[in-house]
Amino acid sequence: MRTLRFLLQKEFRQIFRDPAIIRIIFMMPALQLIILPLAADYEVKNIQISVIDHDHSDYSRRLTNKITSSGYFKLSQYTGSYNAALNNVEKDKSDLILEIPAKFEKDLIKENEAGLFVAVNAINGVKANLGASYLQSIVRDYNSDVRLKWIQMPRFSPELNIEVASSNWFNPHMNYQIFMVPGILVVLVTMVGSFLASLNIVREKEIGTIEQINVTPVKKYQFIIGKLIPFWLLGLVIMTIGFVIARVVYGIVPLGSFLTIYAFAGVYLLAVLGLGLLISTYTSTQQQAMLLSFFMMMVFILLSGLYTSVDSMPEWAKWVTRFNPVTYFIEVMRMVVLKGSSIADIKNHIFILLGFAVFLNSWAIINYKKRS
Amino acid sequence: MSNGTAISVDKLTKRFGDFTAVDNISFNVTKGEIFGFLGANGAGKTTAMRMLCGLSKPTSGTASVAGFDVYSQTEKIKKSIGYMSQKFSLYEDLTVKENIRFYAGIYGKPDGFIKEKTEKLLNELRLQSEAGKLVRSLPLGWKQKLAFSVAIFHEPQIVFLDEPTGGVDPVTRREFWNMIYKAAASGITVFVTTHYMDEAEYCNRVSIMVDGKIEALDSPTQLKKTFEANSMGDVFLKLARKAVRAAD
Amino acid sequence: MKQFTSFIRKEFHHIFRDRRTMFILLFMPVAQIIIFGFALTNEVKNSQIAILDNAKDADAASLITQIGNSRYFNIEKVLYTQKEIDEVFKQGKIKMVMVLPQNFGSDLQHFNHAQVQLIADASDPNVASTLTNYASVVITDYQKRITNEKKLPYTINTEVRMLYNPQGKGAYSFVPGVMAMVLMLVCTMMTAITVVREKEMGTMEIMLVSPVRPLKIIIAKAVPYLLLSMINVASILLLSVFVLDVPINGSLVLLIAESILFTLTCLAFGLLISTVTDSQQTAMFISLTGMFLPTVMLSGFMFPIENMPLPLQIISNIVPAKWFYIIVKNVMIKGTGFNIVWKETLILAFMLFALLGLAIKKFKIRLA
Repeated sequence: MRTLRFLLQKEFRQIFRDPAIIRIIFMMPALQLIILPLAADYEVKNIQISVIDHDHSDYSRRLTNKITSSGYFKLSQYTGSYNAALNNVEKDKSDLILEIPAKFEKDLIKENEAGLFVAVNAINGVKANLGASYLQSIVRDYNSDVRLKWIQMPRFSPELNIEVASSNWFNPHMNYQIFMVPGILVVLVTMVGSFLASLNIVREKEIGTIEQINVTPVKKYQFIIGKLIPFWLLGLVIMTIGFVIARVVYGIVPLGSFLTIYAFAGVYLLAVLGLGLLISTYTSTQQQAMLLSFFMMMVFILLSGLYTSVDSMPEWAKWVTRFNPVTYFIEVMRMVVLKGSSIADIKNHIFILLGFAVFLNSWAIINYKKRS
Repeated sequence: MSNGTAISVDKLTKRFGDFTAVDNISFNVTKGEIFGFLGANGAGKTTAMRMLCGLSKPTSGTASVAGFDVYSQTEKIKKSIGYMSQKFSLYEDLTVKENIRFYAGIYGKPDGFIKEKTEKLLNELRLQSEAGKLVRSLPLGWKQKLAFSVAIFHEPQIVFLDEPTGGVDPVTRREFWNMIYKAAASGITVFVTTHYMDEAEYCNRVSIMVDGKIEALDSPTQLKKTFEANSMGDVFLKLARKAVRAAD
Repeated sequence: MKQFTSFIRKEFHHIFRDRRTMFILLFMPVAQIIIFGFALTNEVKNSQIAILDNAKDADAASLITQIGNSRYFNIEKVLYTQKEIDEVFKQGKIKMVMVLPQNFGSDLQHFNHAQVQLIADASDPNVASTLTNYASVVITDYQKRITNEKKLPYTINTEVRMLYNPQGKGAYSFVPGVMAMVLMLVCTMMTAITVVREKEMGTMEIMLVSPVRPLKIIIAKAVPYLLLSMINVASILLLSVFVLDVPINGSLVLLIAESILFTLTCLAFGLLISTVTDSQQTAMFISLTGMFLPTVMLSGFMFPIENMPLPLQIISNIVPAKWFYIIVKNVMIKGTGFNIVWKETLILAFMLFALLGLAIKKFKIRLA
């Protein structure tokens, strides 16, 4: 026990004297939390549309007006030539083309049926899909307007109508930043836990101080615990700093209890520290450790549901996410912060993380013993 | 094992796959002796020493250090020895005082002892004014002397020194060896490896390893007589040539 | 010249002997392409939803079946009370709840009018609005289906065609992004670290006293990474074409030329970073925060630039990856020629010379 005390004293002194670590602990949360949510806005707005009007009728103009006044679209071009519109799309000046054929008004009124043609720049799949579907819903609305004008609507409408009332819970303003912030907190904690920890241990290997410790009575488990505890604490510290920034800059206050979050974070850190330890047993230079940590973290973070939804992934990718500790923390963080979930709601997650922690740390310790 | 023996080695061997790094070596080191362990790079010195420190398991043979078996009692060995290597000994980003305190602490020395002896040590080395400075800022010679003192701070029975005086000027080396004498005089056995041949003269006995085997083991004086050499350097060259010849 | 090549050879040895690092550097783009190509998608599908059916009549059942058949939804749970809605959201998996009122079927029969409630978990606003949208479309289709006997008057039919990317594949937008990311990482970070490492180990001095001009020594360090990057570009393009079915619509020569230009820019950036620090850790840190993070966040490949607040949009202009991303999108996906991308190419070239000039100047200062 006393030995552990001395080890911890040394570790903490070394960590706080390392200027790079201090910078990382404070700058990273600030940078990521401030820039990332501002940049990461997946909402689709300001869609540039080119309208080709071959009809020049009352109806075509009214349709165009309806589109431009919807708030989703900006009319970037109003022309009579398809080629001109296509050119605009090529130059990225327009995202969508709407072509209103000649005789649009006549066909709609006299023949009861008219057609419209839409071409979408589908390179950005999301923007394309949403853009097309916004446009289609505007056209549907316009269609209803036209019908209303020409058909008397008795009390019992001949047209079957199912009205959809939608409401948004937990984030009524549909603020994307509120959604991103908890995820970023998870990334911060993960980086400290696995990245920094593995770098620290490998640096000792590179310099040779591990050898020195090996000849002393310090037992292996004491050494490992002496390394893990400071980074465990550091992980919680950076999360705290993150929450403070979230509160100050975005006004985000968790709906659930902090105790729940910290309890889970504590278990989670055990798991990612185990991962960091594992990485350190497979690398011998800081450069390798950095690259390997970075690579693994990138894969884990991409396949965790941070940027894209797990539900949409193919089956094999879903399996990978089940074996990824980050996935669970992201879920938990979002659940507790945004929806107020309780410990009971996340108890499965905690058990799974404990499993990870035991598995990763055991593997790492076995490796460590073998290679020393 | 008799009370006067600090290290006892019998037919100790270490193999890495097909390669035999340490080949059947046997020797004894008496308590309080300054035992020099010489050899070219790659002769097997470091491997042998690592086995004695409990860092690596022998392939065959027996050895006991401070009365403890190197196979089954490595923890006890580690408690009874000190170690210093040229590559590294002290934490550059901790202060002089913090380094002393750390190493003394992990060897289980009580706080009172640490405090008192630290004062004494700083006085002896004339490092009182540097006590609060980071080790990184000390010149190399001071670092080496401090490292040695830290290695014996917890009053171990044996201290292992692996090429401790590399890169240091002759005057500092002399001062370093004075410290070694003092330690030996106080009863600490000193096991030192070096490839400075003049330092070999300072030892009580010297063993010379060639290709994993001990080719010579005696006091410097005796060795010079046996090999008809004027200096330890010549003794070594003669033995090394033998190895080349054996390889033909 | 011969001395120069001996330095280059030495640098190659350094890199190729570090098997682990090499493996990661070459495998990383492959892994990214696989993940982005097959696992990640912004599309919303298979979302888990729950139904609270207060009606329990035939019409309700038929609407629910239609919703369940849609590839966008998986009906995971059936709820029985209003209270359960909050609980089920808190448990995490359910993204939306559809509520059918008690008189759904009879309202439809007698009044031709009924209401359906969609409650979305808007913690992810995008998923919420997309699901709401999709559900509305399914409901509208259901509506059409049951009124098929009467053909509605005054119908507008809209035909939609997707340009450049008929299947709406996400791959089209991220392959250029992955190229930029990988090149940045390999060239900038690795070059910076390699040069700084030499400084840290003290061997830089030795090289500086050799008869080869110091600038050539530094360039010799960058050369292997140039080669590695070309291998990476090749593997990304091969994977895109043969595994992801993303074609190279434009000129391959132009694409490669632009890639070389971008690579050189990244290398120059790496060299610049190496002149401002002496520690490997700091070099890594600067590379990551000063270059990699902005590339991912501000180049436009993950998040659309138009959505960002103005200050970020302005900053994104000095991120070289932003211009490269535009160039690759145009040349590779749209198939346009140099006449469209000459402006961006010029900007990149300008950045290259600026960075290189700055790096050389700093390097010379250090020597003097």
